[in-house]
Amino acid sequence: MKKSSFIQKVINAPYMLWSVLFIVAPLIMVAYYAFTDANGNFTLDNIMQIGDYTATFILSISYGAVATVICLLIAYPFAYALAQTKASFQRVATMLVMLPMWMSFLIRTYSWITILGESGVINSFLGLFGVEPLKMLNTGGAVILGMVYNFLPFMILPLYTALSKMDNSLVEAAQDLGCNKFYCLRKVIFPLSVPGIASGVTMVFVPCVSTFYITQKLGGGQITLIGDVIEGQFQTAYNYNLGAALSLVLMVMILICLGVLNYFTDNDDDGGVLI
Amino acid sequence: MKEIISLLLALVVLFSLSACGNGDNVEETPTQQNENNVDIFSEEVKAYYKNLGLQGTTLNVYNWGEYIDDEEIDVITQFENLTGCEVNYTTFESNENMYSKLSGGGVSYDIIIPSDYMVERLMAEEMLLELDYSNIPNFNKYFDNERYGNLIENGIKDYAAIYNVGSTILIYNKNLVKEEPTSWKVLWDEQYKGKVLMFNNPRDAFAVAQFALGQDINTTNMTDWDTAADYLLEQRQKVRPEYVMDEVFIKMESGEYALATYYAGDYELMVENNPDLGFVFPQEGVNTFFDAMCVPKGSQNKKGAEAFINFMMEPEIALANAEYIYYATPNKSVLENPDYSLIDSDAIYPENLEKTQSFHNLPVDTLQYMNSLWMKVKGENDAQGLYIAFFSVIAVVMVIIIANILKKKRMAKFYNV
Repeated sequence: MKKSSFIQKVINAPYMLWSVLFIVAPLIMVAYYAFTDANGNFTLDNIMQIGDYTATFILSISYGAVATVICLLIAYPFAYALAQTKASFQRVATMLVMLPMWMSFLIRTYSWITILGESGVINSFLGLFGVEPLKMLNTGGAVILGMVYNFLPFMILPLYTALSKMDNSLVEAAQDLGCNKFYCLRKVIFPLSVPGIASGVTMVFVPCVSTFYITQKLGGGQITLIGDVIEGQFQTAYNYNLGAALSLVLMVMILICLGVLNYFTDNDDDGGVLI
Repeated sequence: MKEIISLLLALVVLFSLSACGNGDNVEETPTQQNENNVDIFSEEVKAYYKNLGLQGTTLNVYNWGEYIDDEEIDVITQFENLTGCEVNYTTFESNENMYSKLSGGGVSYDIIIPSDYMVERLMAEEMLLELDYSNIPNFNKYFDNERYGNLIENGIKDYAAIYNVGSTILIYNKNLVKEEPTSWKVLWDEQYKGKVLMFNNPRDAFAVAQFALGQDINTTNMTDWDTAADYLLEQRQKVRPEYVMDEVFIKMESGEYALATYYAGDYELMVENNPDLGFVFPQEGVNTFFDAMCVPKGSQNKKGAEAFINFMMEPEIALANAEYIYYATPNKSVLENPDYSLIDSDAIYPENLEKTQSFHNLPVDTLQYMNSLWMKVKGENDAQGLYIAFFSVIAVVMVIIIANILKKKRMAKFYNV
């Protein structure tokens, strides 16, 4: 292996410093708080208490998984169709996809309240036809909608990148060799887009699992996910230690989920991706 | 061309969203300049504030949202004009948020306005500076000691000057609740399922259950807290209440909800928009509270802070604030002012409130226990189906992984042979 030269080290130094300061040090602090009590003595109490929140963890991961799957189902056909269009249209369309991200995430979520509320846009419209107002806000569905809406661009963009970089001659070769459209998709296009799927899933799943703002605004205090519990520990209960322990366990669980994902996406040596 | 269209679209979306969006805890500076109001003070008062020598200093004020008049009299601008001191005005949405920001360090405020129990906590943790009342002459002049003197016992007066007083209240919709309720227990009545709004903060929500159960709201007995939590859990299962804070206004005003718990002065605001609302002070008692102006340690401008506290007690300013906030004021000049429109409100100034309790600071372990119980109440879901789905997904994933491993082994064997 080639040893990195002195100049390379110098170039790397700022990045290393950045990582240590803003990634490693906070992680160490989280771990420190998780294993100490309010007086700074070592304790496992915080970790032991996490059993109380099992149901919340499961609920969060389920919500995250559902939102991620919906995102994937919406984003994949969209990204595929987009990758087939003219280059000039692609530029405009990707910009439109990114457009919502120029606005504050909080405002975008808050505006859904005025859309979904009992006297909101949708219900006022339905009211014109004499339809009773539907209860949409403060339900699990609204939370999922908020997650899908907010994080969909993070799924579309990596998928679009993977699909637009795909070499079309591979598809043509497959068709030459007698693949029908379905097999072409399953054996050629889909495997080639797996890296895009993997990064899209990661970028959607992780923020979904840990969100608290969406559940508070669109769930109306009806649905409590682990992000709300952690936020509460820091903001209202001042129990930094339990909050840190919960964050640590959440990180481990997310890592496990992503590990499972990687197991499937890296596993293309024997040709079979997912099943 | 397409770029132009998309840019236009972008602008349209931006404006339409920024028009209806209202992120909370946005730092807001009252900016409306009402020129007509510049001259409301006598020359004497003007000279007093001018001669304090605050010109060129800054004052960081940290207040509740919507808790100072910026319509009739722009209080902050008036203070700036009179003293020459620049005010940075920011807002918080709960005592707990304020505390965590203050204790987290890295911030420097000169004025904070916590509630009673938080004042005690800040005092106990020595996070407040003692007030010098010689710089706050208006306190002795205008504070209604007869009515509210009992609130400032135990040395609280040394650190906090009361800004507003209030109590919790039960609000009901006369169209949906036929008989006037008398007890907090009506919030547990199944016929109002899905139409009940509860406090979305643990201390106030627990207090409702504790009043209904006849407990002390400052109990440190853990079994009492367990009982109260079970009672709240029972409510969640039976009535499915929604837990809200500020959204209570829009929800009660819409007329879709039957019952809500909130603060007394806010009832008057709601009833202006929905005359079908009524209120009761339930027979088990209510929580009375006060919010007080304090100077936290680390203040860079204590003199300015005391001038600000004094300024807030000027009759004109106190009247404007009382008319804007709708909470009870302890300021005699306002209470005796015939122009004060809210003095006849039974919700804000109840005649004979018999059973009342006030919050006090609780020990840290009790607070933490309360918070974990609150999370349990709110985290309760009838989620059996969810559990089954979750574990079956895990099982499927495991089966696939194992099948893949076995397949690989078989292949390896096959090629080796």
